[in-house]
Amino acid sequence: MFRFFYHYSSLRNFYFFSAKLTPFLIAVFLAFLIYSLYGALISAPADYQQGDSFRIIYVHVPSAWMSLLVYMAMGLSAVSVLVWRVKLAEITLGAIAPIGATFTLAALITGSIWGKPMWGTWWEWDARLTSELVLLFLYLGVIALLKAIDDRRTGARSASILCLIGIINIPIVHYSVEWWNTLHQGPTVSKFDSPSIHIDMLIPLLTMTVAFMLYFAIISLYRIRSAILVYDKETQWVKDLIKRNERGQI
Amino acid sequence: MAAFLSMGGYAVYVWSSYAITFGIMILLYVHTKRQGEKHLRWLRRHVASQEKQK
Repeated sequence: MFRFFYHYSSLRNFYFFSAKLTPFLIAVFLAFLIYSLYGALISAPADYQQGDSFRIIYVHVPSAWMSLLVYMAMGLSAVSVLVWRVKLAEITLGAIAPIGATFTLAALITGSIWGKPMWGTWWEWDARLTSELVLLFLYLGVIALLKAIDDRRTGARSASILCLIGIINIPIVHYSVEWWNTLHQGPTVSKFDSPSIHIDMLIPLLTMTVAFMLYFAIISLYRIRSAILVYDKETQWVKDLIKRNERGQI
Repeated sequence: MAAFLSMGGYAVYVWSSYAITFGIMILLYVHTKRQGEKHLRWLRRHVASQEKQK
C-alpha cells in the first residue's frame, strides 16, 4: 500500500497514470449523469408536501455534500504539505480549491432558489446557510493566498495552515441543523439506518452524487496534470513530452 | 410534455436550479480546458527558447 502511494506521488508517474484513467472516468460520469437526470426529473415521484419543487434536491444536496468532501480532501492535502512536504499535495491543494468553491456556490444558489417557494425568502441568516457561506469564503481565502504568494512552497504552506484552521467549519456545517434551531430542514439522507426519503427518490440522489464525484475527479485530474507540467517544466521528461506533442493535446 | 416542463407550477425554480448548477460546472470545465491550453502554449515557448539558447 505504502509502495503504491510512494509510486504515484511521483509527479511523472501520477501524470501518466491519470492520463490513462481520465477517458474511463468520463464514460462512467456520462452514464451516471444521464441515469441520474432521468431519475431526478422523470421517474422520481413528486413530494407529497413540496410537489415538484423537491426535484431541486438532486442538484442542491450533491453540490452541498461535494462542498464538504472537497474541503476534507483539501485538508488531507494540507496535512501532506505541512508534514511530509509532498509536491503532489501542493499541486492538488491549488487544483481542487476552485472546484470546491464551485460546488459551494452551486449549493448556496440552489438552496436560495429552493428557499423562496418553500420558506418564502431567498436568504435567512440561520446556522446552516451562514456556515456554508463561511465555507465559500474559506475556499476563496485559500485560492487568494495561493495566488498572492509568489514562492510556490511558501504559498502552499500558508494556504495549508488556513485550510486546516477552516476544517473546524466542516462539523459546524454538517451538525448545524442538529445543534441549533434552524429554518433549514434536519438530516434526511445521512440517517442511514432509517433515511426519511423514499427509495425511488433516494436512488437518483445517490447516483447524482456519484456523478458529481466523478466530475470532481475528472476536472481535478485535468487541473493537476496541467499544473504538474508547469511545476516540473525543467525536467527532461516534461521537455521530451512537449517536443513529442508539438501541436496536439497532452 | 407541458406538464413535465411546468414542474407542477415550480418550473422557474426547478429549471433555473438545474441550469445554474450545470452552467457553473460547464464554465469551470471550459475555464480548466482554456487554462490547460494556455499552460501548454507557454511550455512550448519555454522549451523552444531553451532549445534555441543551446
